[in-house]
Amino acid sequence: MLRITGGTIYDPANGINGEVRDLYIADGKFSSKFDAGRTIDATGMVIMPGGVDVHTHVAGGSINFGRARTPEDHRRTHAFIRSKTRRSGLGGMAPTTFATGYLYAGMGWTTVNEAAVPVLSARHTHEELNDIPIVDKSSLVLLANNEIILDLLEEGEDERAKQIMAWYIWAAKSYGVKAVNPGGVASWKYGNDSKHLTSKISGYDHITPGTIVTKYAKMIDELGIPHPLHLHCNNLGAPGNVETTLETMRHLEGSRAHFAHLQYHAYGGDDWGNMRSEAARLAEYFNAHTNMTTDAGAVLFGDTVTITADGPWQHLLYKLTGRKWGNLDVENETGCGIVPYTYRPSNLVNAVQWAVGLELLLLINDPWRVFLSTDHPNGACFWRYPEIIQLLMCADYRNECMANLPLNIKNKISLPEISREYTLYEIATITSAGPARSLGLKHKGNLGIGKDADLVIYHQDKDIARMFGHPRYVFKGGEIVIEEGDIRETPDGKEYLIQPFYEPDIDEFLRPRFEDRYCMSFENYPVEMERIEHAQIQKCTGDDAEDGDSQ
Amino acid sequence: MSEVILRLKQDPVVTLEAEVITPDKFAEMSHEQICESIVYHGKRQLRLDEFFEVEGEKSEHIVLHGDMHRVRHLGRAMTMGSLTAHGDVGMHLGAHMKGGEICIRGNAGDWVGAEMSGGKIHVRGEAGQQVGAAYRGSLAGMKGGIIIVDGSAGIEVGMRMKRGTIFIRGSVKDFAGLQMIGGTIILGEGAEIRTGAWMQRGTIISLKPIDLMPTFGESGVMNPTFISVYSNLLKPHGCELPNDQNLGCYRRFSGDRSVPGKGEILIWQEHALN
Repeated sequence: MLRITGGTIYDPANGINGEVRDLYIADGKFSSKFDAGRTIDATGMVIMPGGVDVHTHVAGGSINFGRARTPEDHRRTHAFIRSKTRRSGLGGMAPTTFATGYLYAGMGWTTVNEAAVPVLSARHTHEELNDIPIVDKSSLVLLANNEIILDLLEEGEDERAKQIMAWYIWAAKSYGVKAVNPGGVASWKYGNDSKHLTSKISGYDHITPGTIVTKYAKMIDELGIPHPLHLHCNNLGAPGNVETTLETMRHLEGSRAHFAHLQYHAYGGDDWGNMRSEAARLAEYFNAHTNMTTDAGAVLFGDTVTITADGPWQHLLYKLTGRKWGNLDVENETGCGIVPYTYRPSNLVNAVQWAVGLELLLLINDPWRVFLSTDHPNGACFWRYPEIIQLLMCADYRNECMANLPLNIKNKISLPEISREYTLYEIATITSAGPARSLGLKHKGNLGIGKDADLVIYHQDKDIARMFGHPRYVFKGGEIVIEEGDIRETPDGKEYLIQPFYEPDIDEFLRPRFEDRYCMSFENYPVEMERIEHAQIQKCTGDDAEDGDSQ
Repeated sequence: MSEVILRLKQDPVVTLEAEVITPDKFAEMSHEQICESIVYHGKRQLRLDEFFEVEGEKSEHIVLHGDMHRVRHLGRAMTMGSLTAHGDVGMHLGAHMKGGEICIRGNAGDWVGAEMSGGKIHVRGEAGQQVGAAYRGSLAGMKGGIIIVDGSAGIEVGMRMKRGTIFIRGSVKDFAGLQMIGGTIILGEGAEIRTGAWMQRGTIISLKPIDLMPTFGESGVMNPTFISVYSNLLKPHGCELPNDQNLGCYRRFSGDRSVPGKGEILIWQEHALN
């Protein structure tokens, strides 16, 4: 048992805003009483629930390909030397598995959601997730360009499509559905893209990206999946794409939806030269429609490697930058592209992107619906979150940074007019309580009795980036994992997955279609349950149990 | 002038990684500290004096003796002073070097002056592959300084180099100036095939006729003024470029047009004697 006394608590899930209270921990959960055991004095320190990352790329084929493509970063980056408590690894733009766990926990994040897993590399992804210590994990499976499901939608067999969606989720041992450039990646197989919701999808006559997003959102709601459709919209990164994004939002009225890395979808103008921020317009619509959540996908200046399932966009980015490019073939499921990239303050497009990420975080009023993310590693690496928190909490610092932007950015961004500063309570919401709620993880991001004892204790510090970068303690499941920058324990994290219901005869329906298309045999395709260490099956709504946590 | 003199007394069986042997480090070290500094013999960490007899201390001038073809990373990232070797040296000589001077009276291995940004390396013998090149994955190789090789060199001389000068008095193998971004490569005895492949900018000067890829286009005959400026700058290093228009001229080729790049290859051609 353990007692933490005197800390100032920010627990948005329970409406606790800066109150000094004692916390008791027993058996890895918060408890209402304390009999005996160690006491930690947190007087004068700030306590928040452990961070939850709703959208990151930390395991699987794409990030691994990204690691392989950037040996130059490995030579210059921070190395973790093997010690008694930790394995060796490398930090940098795409940290290795063990280092990922250490770095996340090192800044107080205790749950991460790997946001893009093709079923074909799901087995590999789970192997890597197993090797990310300390943090709890979940993963989303890429389905919006899956030929088998798109064929069924084309044929008007929506019910079957839903069943197969459920089958795929369970085959990938996944936690939800990610849609990347719906239809666009399918067109990419023909060398095309589908940029708008009414665009043609190569190889199909009756469906459009609009059909896919609306039907997928509906199917996911019907299946009762805890996390809504996790959507990477069409037309990412292109000037003027705000129209596509707004159109997508209109299509999804009445359904739940999570818009991933909204920063990349909020641009006006019609060319790189006149690209401008449309964050204000997007935020206005978003504020008025409470069915949606989003994560920022903020950009920070510096080197990174961009990895996404959006193959056509990556090809365009390669053509724009002349940097390295990698494209993975993921059969009929999805795509994958890798391009190392450097965001520069002197580059007008990058400067607009930097501003848009912050504008979205500052202009969306409800911190319960906008979450901190950089779409790691696309916008910046996750270990730079403390820098974003500083930008959100200090308007002065923000203005200082804005002085480095090119002069002709005037009238292209609205950041200079925004004076809002985040409070610690709001930071705890966007980094932990909000994403946990959106993921449907009821026992995360919450310091209430009976919830998982994942929490972080920070020193009060005027230097916000230092405060959030160097927690005093990090607790995972009631255990001290980080103490004053040192890794104390490296427990294995859990992995969350769901088992949505599907008719058992769907196997026989799917088999011939599968064997037509895949190079893999049907029997070898689904990930076996034994592959997943510390699996926790979460209930879908409509299932019996009240609370989502089954042991 | 005090010196630190190292004499190889035991031939390493496998490669010896000795990035500690730099003027920057030895300038601050006592004799005892130099003796006990760590070198990596394969995976084993050993004291420097297991392989070298050490003489002198606290000097930014290092003199090495012996056949050190298995000793790697000599002068790594050095910023000042001098390092002189009497004998062959191994790979990565002067990699990431920022200043100072290296002189090798023998042959050097691969990656001489890889990703260096300043200073001078003079190899009296032959050099291996990837002189002044970028390491795998890096966007830029050599960013400044000068490398002179009196003998020949291997493939990929100046691969992805951005600035600086490489002068190879002997011949070089394939892919000299591969993906070159800037800087100058001077080839005294010509090159094998695919010189300047994928080059974006920069200048390759060959004093002997070489075969070019079809993606380079001939763009004139000239005696550019900068050649004489260059020649004057190189004279103190013992190198000279012919620039007498009575004797010959440079044929200029631009490319690599498959990139498309704006690099140039200048090939010296003596006038036919009447």
